Amino acid sequence: MSSTWLVLGASSAIARAFARAAAAQGADILLAARDLVDAEATAADIAIRTARRAEAVKFDALDEAAQDELVAWAREFAGSGTLNVFLAFGTMPDQAAIDADPSLVAPTVMANFTAAASLLHRLAPVLEAQGTGAVVALGSVAGDRGRLKNYVYGSAKAGLHAYLQGLRARLVRKGVHVVTLKPGFVDTAMTWGLPGLFLVAPPEAVARAALDAAAKKRDVVYAPAFWWGIMTIIRHIPERIFKKLNI
Amino acid sequence: MSVRWKKMALTGWGRGPAADVAAARPERAADATAAVKKAREEGAAALARGAGRSYGDAAQLAGGRAILTDRLDRILAFDPATASVECEAGVTFRALLDAFLPRGFVPPVSPGTAFVTVGGAVAADVHGKNHDRHGSFGDHVEWLDVLLADGRIVRTGPDTEPDLFRATLGGMGLTGIVLRVRLRLLPGSPVLQVRETRIRDLDAFFAAFEAARARATYSVGWIDALASGRSLGRGIFETAEFVPGPAAPARKPLRIPFDLPGFALSAPGVRAFNAVYWRRVPKAGREGLRGLDTFFYPLDRLADWHRLYGRRGFYQFQSVVPDGAALRAVREMLETVASAGNASFLAVLKTLGGEGRGLLSFPMRGVTLALDIPRAAGAVELMARLERISREAGGRIYLAKDAAMSAATFAATYPGLPAFEAALARFDPQGRFASDQSRRLQIGRRAA
Repeated sequence: MSSTWLVLGASSAIARAFARAAAAQGADILLAARDLVDAEATAADIAIRTARRAEAVKFDALDEAAQDELVAWAREFAGSGTLNVFLAFGTMPDQAAIDADPSLVAPTVMANFTAAASLLHRLAPVLEAQGTGAVVALGSVAGDRGRLKNYVYGSAKAGLHAYLQGLRARLVRKGVHVVTLKPGFVDTAMTWGLPGLFLVAPPEAVARAALDAAAKKRDVVYAPAFWWGIMTIIRHIPERIFKKLNI
Repeated sequence: MSVRWKKMALTGWGRGPAADVAAARPERAADATAAVKKAREEGAAALARGAGRSYGDAAQLAGGRAILTDRLDRILAFDPATASVECEAGVTFRALLDAFLPRGFVPPVSPGTAFVTVGGAVAADVHGKNHDRHGSFGDHVEWLDVLLADGRIVRTGPDTEPDLFRATLGGMGLTGIVLRVRLRLLPGSPVLQVRETRIRDLDAFFAAFEAARARATYSVGWIDALASGRSLGRGIFETAEFVPGPAAPARKPLRIPFDLPGFALSAPGVRAFNAVYWRRVPKAGREGLRGLDTFFYPLDRLADWHRLYGRRGFYQFQSVVPDGAALRAVREMLETVASAGNASFLAVLKTLGGEGRGLLSFPMRGVTLALDIPRAAGAVELMARLERISREAGGRIYLAKDAAMSAATFAATYPGLPAFEAALARFDPQGRFASDQSRRLQIGRRAA
């Protein structure tokens, strides 16, 4: 039985690495991205390197009207095989930029939470109907605790985490597994040149962790795994101290 | 699209003095265009950098903007009928091999490492062990997409914008940023039949090369650079041909986790190593099968091998001298190095078949010698002596290796320079692209 991964937000470095790794394991790939030309380049790359079926489709997370069409396209692309979903879109504007321009709050929450939840909600019945498959969605360590330096993005990701918990409970009853993947600092365009980063992981490591988590049906996974330890500490700092920290 | 710069210190593979740059790392072509535009707005010069495997200061630009191409790494099209591949500039030779060796194709020309990018191979118009037969990398390029200083992306080939094509091949990134390349692969396999011959001195080496030139597809000589007197130029001569065969198992690279102390490559140590290396081939020679990786990329198994030379790093000297003057010049170079006692692991000797298509392409018909020179006391003087020998013999020094050449020698030995500078005046009139090397060699400064 063939397996397809629908890769949402396919222009990101993590999504590119994931799509390549999934194809190398034998999956067909449908890449959905705002930048169609770029997604087509990745699709060509995957088709040539792995001889798997790979196609690109234009997709703007903020265009809710286009979501039904995307779901139908994905279902058709997967054919009689299993459809799986890797959700990697999101934006991380600088907190200072948001503070200076509050109109950036809504699109940040839209891209990272609302669009993800509404699209996954449209995919859910399709996944339930096939009775198997996996969803891996990119949360973030930033969603584990609201921080001075990144709390609009973080709160949207926190909302996504809660949504995924519920979706996991819904889909597990129909044999579909949902993974919440929380990457730490990853070496991508999103983090390039930002100050104060440490233990930065290559996107390929996050891609491997995502495939591994789906195969092993893990629920919530930090990537790389040591971020669980870091975030456990951060989550346990009392709020009266945490609120004064400059992080 | 906003561009974020990252402060970095860049050096060449030979680990010379570092250049502080602000770097962007585009993940798609549009990001590269935005980065070039941003650099222009900031009034800073820019330079593409691929794998950073050029030895000297060719891929760094102190105070400038580096455009790192390693994330532009997609293979975009392949036509098995013509063996033609289209890819982004950051695709490495390793990636081409992974994708196309199983289909029976190899890069048409391979430098000594598979870690280099296709964009870097274009910029240096690299050559390999098959230059007599197949020319240099640029001879296999059908077209290039170059991002120019004004933000235009121009597709250029031998017949479209040929001036830009000839300036970009071997142009060391000074015309702009190579974004895409269409090239032709050659048939190949994972295995080569290799003939090794022990060579007693330099005369014998030249005779062996001359005899093999028309016959062998791949040929290379390894010279014991510390042998002197009657043994001067002794070494091992290898010729090879692809043969059908199964893939050799991949071996995990060995790592060199720290910089070796300076004495590790002392003359006595290297002398002993070289003697053993020479004697490993029986007097009568030998023939056998060798994996593609071991033949083309012997040092790739030793990740970070440049750390062998310690923190101070090393120069690599590589010059090509025309056939008629080669024997004498190579002898003089080897004598100079041997007497300097500045330990060089091995020297590499190859023949080149003719000029490249680029205005600054390195090759000419002749013999090329490459030597590692540790950056120890006296290295600068030694490099200058070698440069003079090369120049007086009508030779030229390879820009991908160069870290020390004088602007005068460069101008005197690269006859395509005036045409190259005319092309720069047309495609980059404000000198938006530069490198520490181009500044040292004063490229573009003479333009009318």
